[in-house]
Amino acid sequence: MKLHEYQAKQFFAKHGIPIPRGKLATTPEEVEQAARELGGRVVLKSQILVGGRGKAGAIRLANSPEEARRVAEELFGRVFKGHVVKKIYVEEQLDIAREMYVGYVLDRAKKGFTLIVSSVGGMEIEEIAARHPDKISKTTIDPVYGLWDFQVRNALYKASMPNEYFKEVFRIAKKLYEILTTYEAELTEINPLVVTGEGKIVAADARLNIDDNALFRHKDLEQLRDYTEEDQLERIAVERGLNYVKLDGNIGVIANGAGMSMATMDLIYIMGGKPANFLDVGGGASSEVVKKAIETILMDKNVKVIFINIFGGITRCDEVARGIVKALSEMEIGVPIVIRLAGTNEEEGRKILEDFIRETGIKLHIAKTMEEGARIAVELARKIEEGGEA
Amino acid sequence: MAIIVDRNTKVIVQGITGSQGRFHTERMLKYGTRIVAGVTPGKEGQSVHGVPVYNTVEKAVKQTGADASIIFVPAPFAADAFMEAVEAGLKTVVVITEGIPVHDELKMYHKAKKEGVTLIGPNTPGILSVGETHLGIMPTHVFKPGPVGIVSRSGTLTYQVGAYLTSLDVGQSTVLGIGGDRIVGLTFVEVLEKFEKDTQTKLVILIGEIGGTAEEEAAEYIKSKMTKPVVGYIAGITAPPGKRMGHAGAIIEGGKGTAESKIKALESAGAKVGKTPLEVAQIAKQILEGDQ
Repeated sequence: MKLHEYQAKQFFAKHGIPIPRGKLATTPEEVEQAARELGGRVVLKSQILVGGRGKAGAIRLANSPEEARRVAEELFGRVFKGHVVKKIYVEEQLDIAREMYVGYVLDRAKKGFTLIVSSVGGMEIEEIAARHPDKISKTTIDPVYGLWDFQVRNALYKASMPNEYFKEVFRIAKKLYEILTTYEAELTEINPLVVTGEGKIVAADARLNIDDNALFRHKDLEQLRDYTEEDQLERIAVERGLNYVKLDGNIGVIANGAGMSMATMDLIYIMGGKPANFLDVGGGASSEVVKKAIETILMDKNVKVIFINIFGGITRCDEVARGIVKALSEMEIGVPIVIRLAGTNEEEGRKILEDFIRETGIKLHIAKTMEEGARIAVELARKIEEGGEA
Repeated sequence: MAIIVDRNTKVIVQGITGSQGRFHTERMLKYGTRIVAGVTPGKEGQSVHGVPVYNTVEKAVKQTGADASIIFVPAPFAADAFMEAVEAGLKTVVVITEGIPVHDELKMYHKAKKEGVTLIGPNTPGILSVGETHLGIMPTHVFKPGPVGIVSRSGTLTYQVGAYLTSLDVGQSTVLGIGGDRIVGLTFVEVLEKFEKDTQTKLVILIGEIGGTAEEEAAEYIKSKMTKPVVGYIAGITAPPGKRMGHAGAIIEGGKGTAESKIKALESAGAKVGKTPLEVAQIAKQILEGDQ
């Protein structure tokens, strides 16, 4: 779960990391009022959960409350990388003398969180690493023994941290680790960590992503989830208990298992088509789940064909076939469906589908292998897009 | 021969009285797995499919001489169950549970390394030494004994490749899911090392997916140390960056962990990479026949 900058900053402040003065606003009037309270010269930061907000134009300066209001009127409702601006965090403008970086990221290969420190900043961390290798350091922390002072000291020395900032950045890096572990974050970073003209060090931006799997221990954090930020379809899918990711193609995919679902999408692509989504119905694939899956996929109006690809393992194919038949009997689909059932009891499963086709006249395309199913689905989608009948 | 577990492995089931634990205990017993005890705190004295249940792993081990455990405990308690298994002296622990917090998984990983424990998973379908024993939730009937070792990050995809192999009359030695999470106990490299040493295994199929660098590291090992042929498959060439594709570990982050990078690494290490699951099975068959 990603937190917005304004939310993350509240946690930072609570743990003693200095942040600029700021106020959250949801209307241009509130922005103007906030700007007035903050002294007029402010930064308007769109609260959307995407990276590169600055470059995209979602972060803007204003030098008076009136200008802040005008800029806010432009920003509210605008869409950046698919995200609508509904909240703006208004902050005092900083007199930036220097930008730096402190963050913790999960290193999957080293099996620990890595403290990254850089004495330069203001760009993506990958870019810092490429352009200023002598100004950046990476230190992986043993999760059992935790973070020790010498590790932070060494990290700062290696990143060529100037003496005058050393003590404060040291303190901030330790506080940030406290945040990482207290809230079971999977990522937290300050980019940029700003040195002001007066020599104060403040977190100008804040990222804090909480591990979804740990939310059962942090029930109070769950309420911070901003559902308006997540793709509407994906949100509905989550509520239905489905694992769904929307893509931009026209062939809807239903499969069981994450790897199998990805492999199905890939096959469609290899056969010359475009998958519309990732959807994993998991192990059971009961009629209720299949029905929900089809309903979810059909909410995406780009979908012209559905390809159901199930490998029956412990779940038997005849059970899955009954589920599909029940789902299809209870709903109007409107697009052709390609089904491939393989594995345990596949003959029985296929027979149930064939009987259903004979009895109802509903057209289902039955494939023997997933490769054949993908090929049929791609062919059908092409014909429909060309205006022909499938 | 097989890797890690065989017909003599004595297994306890943690969480045996839950619905998943019961269901899979019955299936594993039918396959021939030597399940000697179950553990559920507060349920000592009960039995599940004839298997005695104990309150603690320590007692279960003392009473039965078990050497491995399989865990079906829900995510909030799974790390605790794992620590209990390790403290009780078990050297192979399979964690089926999905959804364990990553901060817990990090501690599990380091505990396993420190104590010399083989941690399979979390979020794994388990391990199947074909024809010998099964510590997992796999549809065992799609596999048959033979020379192909399979190591994978995905369940169903593994069953699919296994079923294709079996239909081509190519059997398998050990089938092992390392797990779909970001932090798992075994790397591809560690499993490849075991297959390299295993006399039954003549060829290894590696099924990877987007996210992390485990496949790239495997490619390094294949290039420098592996003498047996490896056939790869990587899922997720159409996965968009920044989106988690079902598995917690299946996510392209900061441009890293793409399918292209993994396929390229494997191919440049001399491994053949199949474009489809069927092609993977066909390539394996061809290589094995060329061997004879």
